[in-house]
Amino acid sequence: MTIREIADRLDATVYADPERIDDDLEGAFGSDMMSDVLAFAENRDVLLTGLLNPQIVRTAHMLDMRCIVIVRGKTATEEIKRLAAENEIAIVETAKTMYEASGRLYEGGLGR
Amino acid sequence: MTAGQEPLHFHYDVDGNNFTSAGEASVQVKRMLRQMGFHPDLIRRISVAMYEGEINMVIHAKGGVADVYVTPECITVILKDVGPGIKDVKIAMQEGYSTAPDNIRALGFGAGMGLPNMKRYSDDLKIDSVVGVGTTIEMKFLSA
Repeated sequence: MTIREIADRLDATVYADPERIDDDLEGAFGSDMMSDVLAFAENRDVLLTGLLNPQIVRTAHMLDMRCIVIVRGKTATEEIKRLAAENEIAIVETAKTMYEASGRLYEGGLGR
Repeated sequence: MTAGQEPLHFHYDVDGNNFTSAGEASVQVKRMLRQMGFHPDLIRRISVAMYEGEINMVIHAKGGVADVYVTPECITVILKDVGPGIKDVKIAMQEGYSTAPDNIRALGFGAGMGLPNMKRYSDDLKIDSVVGVGTTIEMKFLSA
């Protein structure tokens, strides 16, 4: 699933390098606990989280993830956006809950 | 780099007063190992394990120092702090066991997965900890 399609399915706002918006992403993991992400999300490209601090970008970066979906209507801070851009990680903001966002992406084939 | 050479040594200070910057040493190590051309899977294991260690040092020990030794065959990461030490390493190694305060959990850490993750992602993990003196963690990662 591409970043473009993720954004479409989640009625989301995207901050991403336009050249990467149609890259194919595989696998996702959702959690507000970064330690759990580090334990369980190897080889997945997308992180869904409702946590909002720069460590979400560091965590995604360490795992070579390429897209962070911020759920529950939260807005990424400038620092989060800057860190993400530096590390070629797309930020997607959606008003949907973690449960609904995960369901919509799974239904669309991400991680299935 | 060729086999049998002296390891390259890199030293980092981990600032314990700033949770926001925690992980910066791991970011630098990841970048450096990429430039050296190590396999992405190996680099991921090293950077995740070192990041967990760095976070632990910031949460529990007000920071510390990280030393990384690189040869073509093996990368060694040594994390040293002068924090409170670990009372019972065996218990601390259990998944889900944590002594992190609630304000750290609110930041997404302290799930009791740090040390287990460091063990999971490294080829060898040694913990040398003395209560009231500090903790030294040595992790080895084999490039094969």
